[in-house]
Amino acid sequence: MVKTITVALIGNPNTGKSSVFNSLTGLKQKVANYPGVTVEKKTGSFNINRTTNVQLIDLPGSYGLNTKSLDQSIVFDLLLNKNNKDFPDLVVIISDVENLKRNLLLFTQIKDLEIPSILAINMSDQLKLKGIEIDIKKLEQKLDTKIVLISAKKNEGFEELKNAITTYRNLSNKPIFNIREIDPEYFTNLNQTFPEQSLYKLWLLINQDINFSKIQRNTIETSGNFKTQTESYLKKLQQKETIKRYQWINNLLKENYSRDIAKGHGIRNKLDRILLHKFWGYATFYLILLLIFQIIFDWSSIPMDFIDSTFVSISQSVKSGFPPGVFTNLLSEGVLPGIAGVLIFIPQIALLFFFISILEQTGYMSRVVFLMDKTLKRFGLSGKSVIPLASGVACAIPAVMSTRSIENWKERLITILVIPFMTCSARLPVYLILISLVIPNDKIFGIGYQSLTLLGLYILGFLMAILSSSILQLFIKSDNRSYLVLEMPDYKLPLIKNVLLNIWTKTKSFIVEAGKIIFAISILLWIFASTGPGDNFRNANQIVENQYSEINISEDDLELKVNAFRLENSYIGLLGKSIEPVISPLGYDWKIGIALITSFAAREVFVGTLSTIYSVGSENQDTIKTRMLEEVKPDGSPVFNFASGLSLMIFYAFAMQCMSTLAIVKKETNSWKWPIIQLIFMTILAYFAALITYQILI
Amino acid sequence: MIGLNTLKKGDRAIIKDILIDQVPLALLEMGCLPGNELLILGLASKKGPIYIKVDQSHISIDIITASKVLVELK
Repeated sequence: MVKTITVALIGNPNTGKSSVFNSLTGLKQKVANYPGVTVEKKTGSFNINRTTNVQLIDLPGSYGLNTKSLDQSIVFDLLLNKNNKDFPDLVVIISDVENLKRNLLLFTQIKDLEIPSILAINMSDQLKLKGIEIDIKKLEQKLDTKIVLISAKKNEGFEELKNAITTYRNLSNKPIFNIREIDPEYFTNLNQTFPEQSLYKLWLLINQDINFSKIQRNTIETSGNFKTQTESYLKKLQQKETIKRYQWINNLLKENYSRDIAKGHGIRNKLDRILLHKFWGYATFYLILLLIFQIIFDWSSIPMDFIDSTFVSISQSVKSGFPPGVFTNLLSEGVLPGIAGVLIFIPQIALLFFFISILEQTGYMSRVVFLMDKTLKRFGLSGKSVIPLASGVACAIPAVMSTRSIENWKERLITILVIPFMTCSARLPVYLILISLVIPNDKIFGIGYQSLTLLGLYILGFLMAILSSSILQLFIKSDNRSYLVLEMPDYKLPLIKNVLLNIWTKTKSFIVEAGKIIFAISILLWIFASTGPGDNFRNANQIVENQYSEINISEDDLELKVNAFRLENSYIGLLGKSIEPVISPLGYDWKIGIALITSFAAREVFVGTLSTIYSVGSENQDTIKTRMLEEVKPDGSPVFNFASGLSLMIFYAFAMQCMSTLAIVKKETNSWKWPIIQLIFMTILAYFAALITYQILI
Repeated sequence: MIGLNTLKKGDRAIIKDILIDQVPLALLEMGCLPGNELLILGLASKKGPIYIKVDQSHISIDIITASKVLVELK
């Protein structure tokens, strides 16, 4: 019989809690959301021996149990509600050697919940270096717990930790701090009203806004005068609790913890002097940012091209090798490109999270927030929004995923909503072909109009992101003022294992959760593009052959004409035609309409669709360009002129033409509400901006 | 008593009072408590966050929250 022990891992941020989690679980971990909310739930499992399996839950980083936040309410429900299916048998509190005092605050609170607990002191390899001495035996006695020294970096102490976990039943679960000390009158009163309950748990419940199945808050509120105390009074008591606990801890550590101040100042001061400098700090940051995105652009294109070409050749061999029919078509034109459409994002996601993990683990991310917070707060964003926004220039998918580090929900949501305005790399092929069509290849002061236009489009995207976030901050409600109270951790070398595991879990969650939506939509789009009502679609071959029966036309050209005719009469084609009245004020005809619809799969599909409609055999830019130049309206004027070209660029700058982004926004916000709002808002904005552009220029 | 927001880099001060209703409790939990000494390590920019060391914690605090921490210069 295998016995499963549920263990919760809790600790201050920056104590290396994730490293400990990774060391214990390895690849056996998964990331999901807690039901109904967007707080990340990280769980994993490992075997201690043949009969003991541990289910490990990594709780959000926390400095104490008094903080009110979404993350914290999760911690609460898990630790206080015995009916919660994840209610732990044991809590392991992770501390680091240097900040033991601060970590003990959380420890004493957890201990008072009367759950068996182990104190794991991480970074034990730093003890000598920092001149720290801890009397473990004495501390164990005073704290009435088991203490284990570990080092995630050196992979030391984990056997002892595992042993301690197996014997959790022998651990004491007695509280160690007398909560009555804070306010004897108040707590005696509370105790008399609820003699059966633990005082500390009652106290926590009074201060939190959640209901529990066992002890209903209402009972507390209606019986006695506990909640009738003003919130301010309760907060005063919480402050007093914190002070009293620290006094207790100070007394304890005075005898059992010493630190040689002369040793181990580290590189904090020296590095901070440069990295937080009013000029050099910003200069360094922008340089790092530039470097990261240059690398993402350059390096990801190689594996992306590889994925692309591999799937194209697999599709082709399926098409030529399998017997022709619906199944072969579905496989080669629907399923395989659908899979490719998901996999294509992996290089960018992996690279971005490689850099983000490094920035976070080294402690530099906190410095970035410090530098950028004031500037971005003005627009309703967080200091941490700068990385997601800048990543949006490569691709919105990893950018939206990287907003996870923003704690404030409102700031995170606004960041997610405005990221798609940033000019992503999928817009480039569309911009490039349109610019070369309608913008003259002349120069002003040595700078080409074409490159100026492209630069203008990038700036336009950025400005629209900033403008929309300023507007959104007025509409999105938030319970609390956005604070910045952020620990500035010591600089550390990143652990490569953590970096790789982070990339792995992010990529996996993208494939599993957003990937299936992307795949489903691409199959749907393919079905609607390859089926159609009526005789025109069914008899496409014959109709086109008849049309060209008089003219000498090669076999290949005929096939292209048939494909164009098919697409024109497919469901998507008919939809494109039916929206013509709506888009003609923007300067577009039905052919562009079809391309607008198909490019919902990904913006760059716009070019490919036009080449199919115009029966151009290759996706070679020059061939398509020549053909687009020749395209005329019924009155003989060109379809792609300055006005319609610019109108199209504006449309693509603002429109939410990307199902993959919608899928990832759905995943990250945990509802369809926000992606739908985003889609509607951006499409309307794009429509009217393009309309105005065209009507002014025409 | 003056607000923490008015201090300059390098200043040392003792925390006298905290307007408890207007700051997140995490600040207290990190060791920013009346009676503790703090040192200003840096300021981001005008009206930007303030970087302090208090009771072994290194924290950056936005300027509005900082103004709710009342201190006495040392």
